[in-house]
Amino acid sequence: MVVDCEQVWHEISTYLEGDIDPALRSAMEEHFRTCKQCASVLEGTRNVIRLYGDERMIEVPAGFGRRLEKRLVQSARVTTSRWSSLSAWLVPVAALALFAGGLHVANSLTVGPELKSEHAQPGRGIPPDMLVVVTADAKVFHVAGCGVIHNKETERTLTAKEAMQQGYVPCLRCMREYLHTAAVGHIALESEADVGVDADEEDLHNSGR
Amino acid sequence: MTREQDLIARVQHGQNELFYELVQPYERRVFAAALAILRNENDAEDVAQEAMLKAFANIRQFRAEARFSTWLIQITVNEALMRRRRERTVVMEGIDDRRDEESDYAPRDFADWREIPSEALERKEVRQKLGEALATLDRKYREVFVLRDMEQLNIQETAKALGISVASVKTRLLRARLMLRDLLAAGWQQGWFSRLPFQKGSKPW
Repeated sequence: MVVDCEQVWHEISTYLEGDIDPALRSAMEEHFRTCKQCASVLEGTRNVIRLYGDERMIEVPAGFGRRLEKRLVQSARVTTSRWSSLSAWLVPVAALALFAGGLHVANSLTVGPELKSEHAQPGRGIPPDMLVVVTADAKVFHVAGCGVIHNKETERTLTAKEAMQQGYVPCLRCMREYLHTAAVGHIALESEADVGVDADEEDLHNSGR
Repeated sequence: MTREQDLIARVQHGQNELFYELVQPYERRVFAAALAILRNENDAEDVAQEAMLKAFANIRQFRAEARFSTWLIQITVNEALMRRRRERTVVMEGIDDRRDEESDYAPRDFADWREIPSEALERKEVRQKLGEALATLDRKYREVFVLRDMEQLNIQETAKALGISVASVKTRLLRARLMLRDLLAAGWQQGWFSRLPFQKGSKPW
């Protein structure tokens, strides 16, 4: 196989990517040995890739990292304090429930609120801050824009956590990712206490994929 | 398990305070990805932050088979594209040329070459000149080049992030690289690298 200069220029990028037919590769190598111009194009292109690919080429404005960290920390704190205020609230409620109704009531509390649909699976691993929509008289929550939202004019947006606390269950279509067929008894009302259990389950799911 | 995998698992299980440690190694790349699309430092910084927050909110969806850095960059590109669409900054960049997808670009400068040492990048004016050269490229070439050659996404990931075909990525990438090569050649003549220890009479490409 013999290639001319124009073909070489056309393929020089894929040549450098290493994503090229072996016969074409050796034809190009042969060409570079004899054609000074194309060898110059090759090395110049290599220079471009190497120089621009260097970390030092990326400059950020002064204070960028500090401002980013601040914003993330603020956000993490908001999330954490929401969790802790929730669990702080759950403790006396759970205690009261234990006192009043014994184990049965306590169990139903850890399972979460009563689902609006008795046939539905509760969702798992849904990011609590994810924004979802629900509509009047419906039992499920959706990702905005899901094709099976009925009664669209009554749509309201809330976080997945709020939706689950109110007993909504994930839509079979748009929330499929978060539905596991294994019957899992708890809704993602995450408190510090079930983190450990959650971790084990997640590992099981991951290794099963 | 690497330190990164460990951090990911911990953040996924609620140790929010570790998130910054997890993303800190990539903060510069996230900014650069946003800047390549938005071309405005303030917008890019804002979008970089938004993208990080989004990654934080969705960290449980991250699956170990993907590279974390790629996942972050893809979220960033997506956020930046949404911002651009919303703010229609597109108008300011002129109408995008839909032709010349064909790589009919021919190199212009065939001077003798040598390697430009990476130490050249220690000099601010060299970085600045390279940055200016990149900024002269049309948007579609610049974006592909930045994602592939600066952000180190692969061809498929670049295509997916920008919502274009693999073939388009390849064509644009070729052209971007050749154009930059010519710009560097021209820059050499203007003395961008003049204080570098090259031998007399030889050019670095």
